[in-house]
Amino acid sequence: MTIVNPAPATPAGREPAPTPASAAPRRSGHKNRDRVHGLLMSAPALGGLIAFVGVPFVYAVVLSFYNVRLGSPLPPRFFGLEQYRRIFTDPDMSGPFLRSLLNNLTFAAVVVPVQTGLALALAILLNRKLKAIGLFRSLFFLPVVFPMALVAVIWRLILARGGDGLLNSALNVVSFGNWGAFDWLGDSLTAMASIIVLSVWQGVGFQMVILLAGLQQIPGELYEAAQLDRASAWQQFRHVTLPGIRGTLVFVAMLTSVLSFRVFDQIYILVKGGGLDEDSTRTVMYQAVTTAFDQNNIGQASAITVVFFLVVVALTLIQRRVARTGNED
Amino acid sequence: MARTRTPLRRFLDYTVLSVLAFVFVLPVLYLILGSFKPSGEVLSGLAGFLPTHLSFDNYKAVLDSFNSDATGYFWRFMGVSLLLSTVVVLGGLIINSMAAYGLARLRWKGQGAVFTLVLLLMLVPFEAVAVPLFYLFNDQRNTIYIQAVPFIANAFSIYQFATFFRAIPPSIEEAARIDGAGPWRTFFAIIVPMSKPVFASVAILTFLTQWGSFLWPVLMVSDPLVRPLPLEMSVFQGQMPVDWGQVLAFGVLLILPVLIVFAFFQRWFVQGVASSAVKG
Repeated sequence: MTIVNPAPATPAGREPAPTPASAAPRRSGHKNRDRVHGLLMSAPALGGLIAFVGVPFVYAVVLSFYNVRLGSPLPPRFFGLEQYRRIFTDPDMSGPFLRSLLNNLTFAAVVVPVQTGLALALAILLNRKLKAIGLFRSLFFLPVVFPMALVAVIWRLILARGGDGLLNSALNVVSFGNWGAFDWLGDSLTAMASIIVLSVWQGVGFQMVILLAGLQQIPGELYEAAQLDRASAWQQFRHVTLPGIRGTLVFVAMLTSVLSFRVFDQIYILVKGGGLDEDSTRTVMYQAVTTAFDQNNIGQASAITVVFFLVVVALTLIQRRVARTGNED
Repeated sequence: MARTRTPLRRFLDYTVLSVLAFVFVLPVLYLILGSFKPSGEVLSGLAGFLPTHLSFDNYKAVLDSFNSDATGYFWRFMGVSLLLSTVVVLGGLIINSMAAYGLARLRWKGQGAVFTLVLLLMLVPFEAVAVPLFYLFNDQRNTIYIQAVPFIANAFSIYQFATFFRAIPPSIEEAARIDGAGPWRTFFAIIVPMSKPVFASVAILTFLTQWGSFLWPVLMVSDPLVRPLPLEMSVFQGQMPVDWGQVLAFGVLLILPVLIVFAFFQRWFVQGVASSAVKG
């Protein structure tokens, strides 16, 4: 079999490797020699994937065509596209779902550029040979290991309304008592911004580490040559750094956009116990869970799930398209 | 970047980094300090940072106040979380590495098609199957195993293992084969010992994800006796009136195992995360 080099310059090229049938015709008599072992070795994981990913996924599509409720004495009834019509166009029922879609798009549209940009700035700042640089890298990476359930609670305190909240108290001091009683989570104007801030705080270290690895693969000679040519720091960034990590940057941005569509934990926790304004922060997954869990409406929740999946796939396909054109440079 | 660094420049670098790092770590400091303060003093503006009246009272209260089947027991939450993580991480390492080897290094017809299927399943995030799984396994809510079993097989782990195994020179396996070792022995005696880095990064990523897992427990667990830590954290902080000192002490205890692992395997954490993406 051919050895696939994980070429670092093309981080997003997640193409399946050439299949051995086409890649290695040599020793063709042995092409099938490991059939039993190969099947046996992959069987446990494949079984698990089929049972807990493949089948449920198909089942989600099927359920979205039915009117099925949990704990209802009525049997599931075929519903056609009614669930989709309801969540998209029904004047009485589409409101929360469309709002969640809009909120999710807003969240992604802000988080992707802000988090990627911040991660890049941190990565550049940390990509130098200084004593204790490892300590600094760890500090910025630290929030990544924090479960969202804990992050949400810490930020609930920081953003607490009235003068008791840390942020309000700090604002009060710097403004000589003029500001300082915002209800950051409860006000529909600032609720989403609050969620964005705490999500970026938790997640940026992850992107930073990926970009740092990309930066370290840029040969140092390129910078030396640029300095010989008297390139300014900005010119070095523009003509050496950016082209060198373009692929990684695109990958990080796309990864972040998929992750930002999956946002759920912090919204759920803060709506249920933290006084977060529900309507301006509900996301697609929040909508799916509350529809399934609080309303027992499995059919409609499945339809939301299917829409969610289509958005994620669309983002992934765009990611590949962009990465491919990027690699042709 | 720049090779020419004056002491002044270095001083500036450290200043910028220290200020940024301090701001970044403030929420963590607040968590730790608050967990040692009387509850009434936690939520008190900037004074919440004053290290006054520190004690272990909140920790004692967390360990003591969860003391019945209705509230659950702290060590049960911890035990459930530890058990779930152990099963998912160890089980996952075994079956996903085996599958990756079988799919990436053994030769059999149809292997390419199966591997493509795994890559396709990698596109399906858990969120996309949570609702149907919730419906399918509704009669098994509040069990331990339903919290762990769906997460053992993992397409992304298979992919990470496969990428690593493919970079191993085939001559190593050929030599083992000539010596009469079958695929199983080759895998367990030769491939596994030389693949420690990928086992470490997969283990760490799986552990982090599982330890913080929240969506699935929300759907599947209501019984405090089988509740993992993050779910209990969200229940605890939602009970009015909130006892902030205790909630923060609970939070510190929740993150402590991760920090211990992080302290010992810091290099692996960062490398594992970076390699999972860059090599992808």
